[in-house]
Amino acid sequence: MPASLSAEHISHTFRTPAGTVPALRDVTFTVEAGRLACVVGPSGCGKSTLLRVLAGLLKPDAGRVLLNGAPVEGPNHQIGIVFQKANLMPWRTVMQNLTLPLELDGVPAEKRRARAEALIDLVGLGGFTDAYPGELSGGMAQRVAMARALIYAPEVLLLDEPFGALDAMTRERLGVELLRIWEAERRTVVMVTHSIAEALFLGDHVMVMGQRPGHIVRWLDVPLPRPRSLDVIHSPAFGQLSAQVRAAIEA
Amino acid sequence: MTAIGRRCLAAPCRLWVYSPAPSVFGNRAGFLLMAEQTIVRQFVRADATPHAGRDRLRWARWAVSPLLAVALLLAWHAVTASGAVKPFIIPPPAAVFDALGAALANGSLLYHAQVTLGEVLIGLALGLTTAVSLGYLLAKAPLVERLLAPYIVGLQAVPIVAIAPLFIIWFGSGAPSKVITCALIVFFPMLINTVVGVRQVEPDLRDLMASLDATRWQTFRLLEVPAAMPVLLGGLKVSATLSVIGAVVGEFVGASAGLGFLINLARSTYDTPLVFVAVFTLTIMALSLYGLVDWLEKRLLSWQQRRS
Ligand SMILES: Nc1ncnc2c1ncn2[C@@H]1O[C@H](COP(=O)(O)OP(=O)(O)OP(=O)(O)O)[C@@H](O)[C@H]1O
Ligand SMILES: [Mg+2]
Repeated sequence: MPASLSAEHISHTFRTPAGTVPALRDVTFTVEAGRLACVVGPSGCGKSTLLRVLAGLLKPDAGRVLLNGAPVEGPNHQIGIVFQKANLMPWRTVMQNLTLPLELDGVPAEKRRARAEALIDLVGLGGFTDAYPGELSGGMAQRVAMARALIYAPEVLLLDEPFGALDAMTRERLGVELLRIWEAERRTVVMVTHSIAEALFLGDHVMVMGQRPGHIVRWLDVPLPRPRSLDVIHSPAFGQLSAQVRAAIEA
Repeated sequence: MTAIGRRCLAAPCRLWVYSPAPSVFGNRAGFLLMAEQTIVRQFVRADATPHAGRDRLRWARWAVSPLLAVALLLAWHAVTASGAVKPFIIPPPAAVFDALGAALANGSLLYHAQVTLGEVLIGLALGLTTAVSLGYLLAKAPLVERLLAPYIVGLQAVPIVAIAPLFIIWFGSGAPSKVITCALIVFFPMLINTVVGVRQVEPDLRDLMASLDATRWQTFRLLEVPAAMPVLLGGLKVSATLSVIGAVVGEFVGASAGLGFLINLARSTYDTPLVFVAVFTLTIMALSLYGLVDWLEKRLLSWQQRRS
């Protein structure tokens, strides 16, 4: 079941021995159930911090996160997160990393394997199931992390630049793949990306964030029809939207 | 240098890293602990040499070490045969072999070795269990750590030889006093390595486990234990070799059995060959324990060796 996700007046400041870093200020938005929102913004503006707050991993100084109207008090199974770096366990093989969420849920080993097999093909890691993360490239590791989040089907999926370490071709292919999965399952997704085109191609909404402290500069709806194919990138509407996003980032 | 040589060098080096830190657990020591980890990592890396190098290394292990032993034996024989030193200072190798044969034949060597090994194993079990449990607690509870750290470091600062007589007074001259000296000597390196190992678990992996709703037990079993394992095994290597020293120190101070007792006994009758036999037996014991941990490490950390 998809669920709506809201952020209400979230502010957060990091306190370190070196000083305080204001990371988020009064961030408020709602992503309706089954919608895909993309977050873009300059490096260091607080995108990862926002995702950690949404996942319940970081308690903000002020504000709250609501999942279907109920406050999120801490990390939980309904909200899945794919971290900016792959975050795999180096002592587990690709297969073991992939099936970790199922193992924690007590799913028996054969069922875990069966569910993993389909995903491994999807992310193009056939033949690497018994490799260790140390033997993978950065992009391959990221694809494992992506599959690990897809395997247990949380209601809300938070993706922190899941395609960051990939080449343009793989990135495009996985983007299309993600879109296909998402259009079939309609989960609620918040995805951070550095690419304006990717944000517009995938998202129902694009949230543009500004720097120091991170705040919402612009919230843009993307009225492009679905299902979308890569051709949409060349449409005039797409060009206009992307000019708007660029203007918001540079403002 | 062979892999064993490299590791032997590193063991005292790691100890050196610990000892001068006045607040081993404090922030200031953070750097030292980091240095420690790097050393541990370097070791593990050093083992993962490419195939050609590894083959050469294996050749060296099988051929050079025995050759070196034979050379030493010959040199030893030459020195004693020349008459430059008196036999009760350095007995000729043949005399030592005779003493070995005799001690094996009358069963005394096996008996004393067995007593010492028993003390070592029980002492290790006791020391390691307390060190790992307390270390885990300290790693998880900084407040407890701040309260206990001065006492633990203080305990480590007391020379074991100085308090061993106290244990004889308290626990008698039987096995328990030796078990305690042994447990005490293996305690500290294992404690530090447990604290370091558990502390260095990646916060991001903790976040991952939290976001997957892992229970405390699951996080312990599937994250903390495997993540800390390389550092834990590093501590275990130091502890395993120290454990024999612990038991022998206890036996020296007062005992009626064990290899330490045998050395004392042989010394009092100027039976130098028997002293040599006992010392060699102790060395072999320590080497075997070390080898056991090494084997365990190879099995448990196979994922590190596959990294190219
Ligand atoms: N744990 C932390 N402690 C202290 N400061 C932090 C911490 N995490 C993030 N920050 C600071 O908060 C700010 C926002 O960081 P964040 O990682 O959210 O940026 P980002 O938008 O994800 O950047 P990028 O696009 O490069 O990933 C940065 O200035 C960073 O230094
Ligand atoms: Mg980030």
